[in-house]
Amino acid sequence: MNGYAGHILRVNLTKRTHTISPLPEDLARDYLGGRGFVAKLMWDEIPQGADPLGPDNKIIAAPGPLTGVFLPGSGKLEFGAKSPASGGYGDSNIGGHISPEIKYAGFDALIIEGVATEPVMLVIEDHNIEIRPASEYWGKGALESEAMLKNDLGEDFQIATIGPAGENLVYFACISHDFGRQAGRTGVGAVMGSKKLKAIAVKGTKSVPLADTKATIEVGKKMFEACFEKPGFEEWTPQGTAGVTDWVNEVGAFPTRNFKSGYFPKHQFINGEQIVTQIKVTDKACYSCPIPCGKYSHAKTPKYDVHVEGPEYETIALIGGNTEIDNIKDCAYANYICDELGLDSISAGNVIGFAMECYEKGVIKGEDIDGRTLNFGSVDDFVWLANDIAYRKGVGNVLAEGVKTASEKFGEDTARFAIQVKGVEWSGYEARYAPAMMLSYITCDVGAHHNRSWAITYDVASGRDVMEGKAQRTIELQHIRPLFDMLCLCRLQWVELGFELDWYPQIFKAVTGREFSFEELLGFSERIWNLTRCYSLREIEGFGRSFDYPPARFMEEPITDGPTEGKFMPRESIDYLLDDYYKLRGWDNNGIPSQAQLSKMKLEFAEPVIAPLRK
Amino acid sequence: MRLVSDSSKCSGCKVCQTLCALVHFDENNPKKGALKIEGKFPVPGVYEVTVCNQCGECAAVCPVDAITLHGTTWILDRDTCIGCMACVTACPIGVMMVHPDEEAPIKCDDCGDCVRYCPREAILDADGEVKRMGR
Ligand code: SF4
Ligand code: SF4
Repeated sequence: MNGYAGHILRVNLTKRTHTISPLPEDLARDYLGGRGFVAKLMWDEIPQGADPLGPDNKIIAAPGPLTGVFLPGSGKLEFGAKSPASGGYGDSNIGGHISPEIKYAGFDALIIEGVATEPVMLVIEDHNIEIRPASEYWGKGALESEAMLKNDLGEDFQIATIGPAGENLVYFACISHDFGRQAGRTGVGAVMGSKKLKAIAVKGTKSVPLADTKATIEVGKKMFEACFEKPGFEEWTPQGTAGVTDWVNEVGAFPTRNFKSGYFPKHQFINGEQIVTQIKVTDKACYSCPIPCGKYSHAKTPKYDVHVEGPEYETIALIGGNTEIDNIKDCAYANYICDELGLDSISAGNVIGFAMECYEKGVIKGEDIDGRTLNFGSVDDFVWLANDIAYRKGVGNVLAEGVKTASEKFGEDTARFAIQVKGVEWSGYEARYAPAMMLSYITCDVGAHHNRSWAITYDVASGRDVMEGKAQRTIELQHIRPLFDMLCLCRLQWVELGFELDWYPQIFKAVTGREFSFEELLGFSERIWNLTRCYSLREIEGFGRSFDYPPARFMEEPITDGPTEGKFMPRESIDYLLDDYYKLRGWDNNGIPSQAQLSKMKLEFAEPVIAPLRK
Repeated sequence: MRLVSDSSKCSGCKVCQTLCALVHFDENNPKKGALKIEGKFPVPGVYEVTVCNQCGECAAVCPVDAITLHGTTWILDRDTCIGCMACVTACPIGVMMVHPDEEAPIKCDDCGDCVRYCPREAILDADGEVKRMGR
């Protein structure tokens, strides 16, 4: 099959065996790749009711049909596993170079099952597969162990690792790769840790089969040329995602002080300009990317001397604004600490902001934390708590399971300011005055993550008081963006440069030989959106509408200052948005897909599971 | 046409290697590209680009004269090559590349596509005849 490497690798860590089987044609035909493979394989393979951190959960890692091919941004990989954070569908995307390498080694998906008794690593060299002992790397940082493995195996291996947070089953532990790329969300790193799998190392030498080589070269070249011509090619790249920091503050959507405010008065000290002038060493790209968003940096003060990729926008928002760390070097240092510990910097900033507010309110007391402090603005406080979370010490042990679980344990109305949905912490956009962005967060299939639909610009352009049309736009974006995750391409060329979406069907045809309009490709994405909903419905008791609400802070407390001061989104508005959204999606009032919708999506196989859940 | 590199601009994207292999082998396989990109991470955190400078040391050691001069470019005739790999050892900058599926080494022929498509202009033509697309 053109575009595909042609094989699936299944590794069983309990039995220490592996099998290589041909990629099923119908899987490729109906689910395309990446996120499509992840969702379908999770549905088929992970037994219902599996403990996310037990032997029955599986890690799926899947590149897509365009991964590793000559076109802009073809270096993404989709990881998936039942999420310890939500208990439902979980996936997370990573850039760098490991995804193409998996394809060059000959695989369209890795399925990792069982648990090892001792720390191990998976070493893939084309079709030579080994499960090797990894005790000497266990306990080491995510970056440190990658450096050790590069040294021991060879520079030409692409390596994914977990840090202590993953080993200690922190619910927001990430998988790290390429010294600064992370599959951050939904706790995929903890699932790796639960399997005692410290690392995946890959080296491949094979070619990706192409339907039409000449056309691939031609269209690929034209795509790069089109990127070169966009104004953003020169203007956006130097600062990368951090360039949006000032604008998000201008529109009052910057998470500040555990989402009390949408404006951080000191944002100009942590913006993209500060990265360029103070810490940047190199612009660092994922495979085949013309607009390297990675800002590899060196932050040095008398207190620390660290190299780190970033901080990118999300880290600036959640570590900078949300815990009020007000200078770029300290943000970079806190980012480095998270990366080395293997903590998702989004959730870490959110969780630590929550803990700082608990401390401020006296819910966490000095005596609970050995007389240390937990003050907003203190990088030292950030760092000690990040460490205690990763090693599950003291209050860190409670916070290691995320703000939802922590707020249930702390009580005292802390759930009101535990800023999460479905157990996954909210990322970098305050949405109390941005209805489409709000809806994007609350309906995102993996919890409060922005990457399925980034609608804040649409809210600003179309009117932030307007409720009509927001569900429609959110749904469109929820199909477009995850399509990139199915093809395993980066979406930033489209988002940031305005690169035309029409290019993708053209290159898809050249590579795979299959001809679709962009609209038709979106149909595949809609199917997956319905399937991931079904997955969470199957796994989480009582799942449905009640899981699609923001925390009370967003529905009841006005934003404290800045351009959006006084704004909040009352429950009735949320209800309006959800009603509209469910109707357009063909879901019932409780957010459950109708039988007609499931058959329209060719998901009849889910009907027996879903039918009893409908009222 | 004289290839030179400016490593400080490289972002490690490997567009150059992928395209090189595509146009010379009709294969999407950056491991068959005739140039070298190395990341130096975590410290100092830079990339190093090495491109063929047509010094001809490879031709000097080839026992069957498979590498011959055309204008200013040394070109490897893959049919004449006997795969002894003497040139690989002789190349002073390590850009006679080897690939497990190829009997002959892989050598740059100055086609210039890496210059045209390196997004970062990290590979340049010192003579200024070839430029990045759009320049
Ligand atoms: S824009 Fe950033 S994330 Fe996307 S491919 Fe380029 S370097 Fe990777
Ligand atoms: S195309 Fe340019 S920036 Fe990319 S790896 Fe090659 S030399 Fe570096």
